[in-house]
Amino acid sequence: MEDYEIVKGARGDRRYTATDYIRKMIPDFMELHGDRLCGDDRAVVAGIGTLGKTPVTVIGIEKGKTTAERIRRNFGNAHPEGYRKSLRLMKQAAKFHRPIVCFVDTAGAFCGVDAEEHGQGRAIADNLYEMADLPTPILSLIIGEGGSGGALALCHSDRIWMLSDAYFSVVSPESCANILWKSTEKAAEAASALALTAPKLYRMGLIDRVCPADEKRKLAAEMEEELRLLSELPTAELLDARYRRFRKVGY
Amino acid sequence: MDLKNLFLKAGNAPEGSGFLKSRFVNCRGCGKKLAVARVRKNMFVCPECGRYMAVRARRRILMLTDRRSFTELDREMESRNVLSFPEYEEKLAAAREKSREREGVVCGVAAIDGHRCAVFAMDANFMMGSMGAVVGEKITRLFEYATAHHLPVLGVTVSGGARMQEGMYSLLQMSKVSAAVRRHSNGGNLYIVLLTDPTTGGVDASFAMQGDITLAEPGARIGFAGPRVIEKSLKQELPKDFQRAERVLDCGFVDAIVPRSEQKACIAKLLALHGM
Repeated sequence: MEDYEIVKGARGDRRYTATDYIRKMIPDFMELHGDRLCGDDRAVVAGIGTLGKTPVTVIGIEKGKTTAERIRRNFGNAHPEGYRKSLRLMKQAAKFHRPIVCFVDTAGAFCGVDAEEHGQGRAIADNLYEMADLPTPILSLIIGEGGSGGALALCHSDRIWMLSDAYFSVVSPESCANILWKSTEKAAEAASALALTAPKLYRMGLIDRVCPADEKRKLAAEMEEELRLLSELPTAELLDARYRRFRKVGY
Repeated sequence: MDLKNLFLKAGNAPEGSGFLKSRFVNCRGCGKKLAVARVRKNMFVCPECGRYMAVRARRRILMLTDRRSFTELDREMESRNVLSFPEYEEKLAAAREKSREREGVVCGVAAIDGHRCAVFAMDANFMMGSMGAVVGEKITRLFEYATAHHLPVLGVTVSGGARMQEGMYSLLQMSKVSAAVRRHSNGGNLYIVLLTDPTTGGVDASFAMQGDITLAEPGARIGFAGPRVIEKSLKQELPKDFQRAERVLDCGFVDAIVPRSEQKACIAKLLALHGM
């Protein structure tokens, strides 16, 4: 399949969204709301529950399925409040030595006047800065769209896994084509040049596993096992490995 | 003398290759014709209307550090076209010529009023200060160097964000640099960041927003998303001072706005206050 087809497929409206994965994998999930500063961003679903037999903190970016739901979820474009909620609960997870699972599916962080003035840049920067040092295992799974900084904010993790039909990119192929070649019609060309598919990113050493898209039960077991292995590491070793994971990127 | 260099428009990037050869510039703020020597003496702020002109990385370091105190680190590093991205080599070559730099950031160690400090300054003339793997690596190495030597870091940011032509290698530099900033901070070291026009995208969403002290130049655009993106997607007109340093300060994301003429003294004072 062409890379651009993968991007379009990852945006498809019949795909499983974050709450589907949460329902299947963490049946006793309890949602916890709010950033304790000023709001509750419905684009970010967060809470606690059990993955197999392991208590975990769960963060997901939710796009919604019906039109009404999508509007309520702001189409999965999080505001700073959403990232701050995620950080609040990730810090709580660390307090109780609970591993963290992130389900990432967003075209990007929301672009708007409020989002800017409430510090979108700072909110993402805070997640990167705090997750770098968070003393509990973090596993991120990209289930659809991994759109730039808005997705990266939930991917400063020990493991980044991707579904085989998901994408992760610095910029949307359309924006890229528009900026570089003043034509959104070259989006397919841009998609292929950006190397944004799971197999390509795996070969580049930027993600840790490509997961078959159709085996959710098996995937849940693999995630639990991976978190168990990570939990066995002494904290200093875990954080050191996390540092090296990102340190080696690119040069 | 090349006639076309005699008069230049002083825009946001007046210090391209032609600037120093010319004797006059036109300020983009007030349109007045100004002698380059006069502009330079005024630290590239228009003496007529007060508009802040862009300053290349190396000059920025000269303006902020003690004379002859700067020792550059990792000067030789250059980007490669790792993804074989179309037209990237040509863009790199043009950026090298325009900026007279090998990459979009200059790093090193200097003294500021006698206080030793690690310094990085980004360069808008190099692909709009965009961050690829080399920019991320150089800044990471600087933070690691500063952590190892217990030095404060001064960072001067100007950037359009992550560099598209290096795909995910670019985006993940945000994570890499952030982790290095964190380790530097864990060591009890000071990080001062000076935001200049424009600081946006992936740089805004990482090390530009991770300073202990966040300073900004008057009028600098500071934000995550480009204003055109917001205008287009929301179809709403933006407030006049939207994403400008003054407004960003009102919103609570900047500690102080410092005029160019006072920046060095301000930074020296901060370093002294931290016993650095």
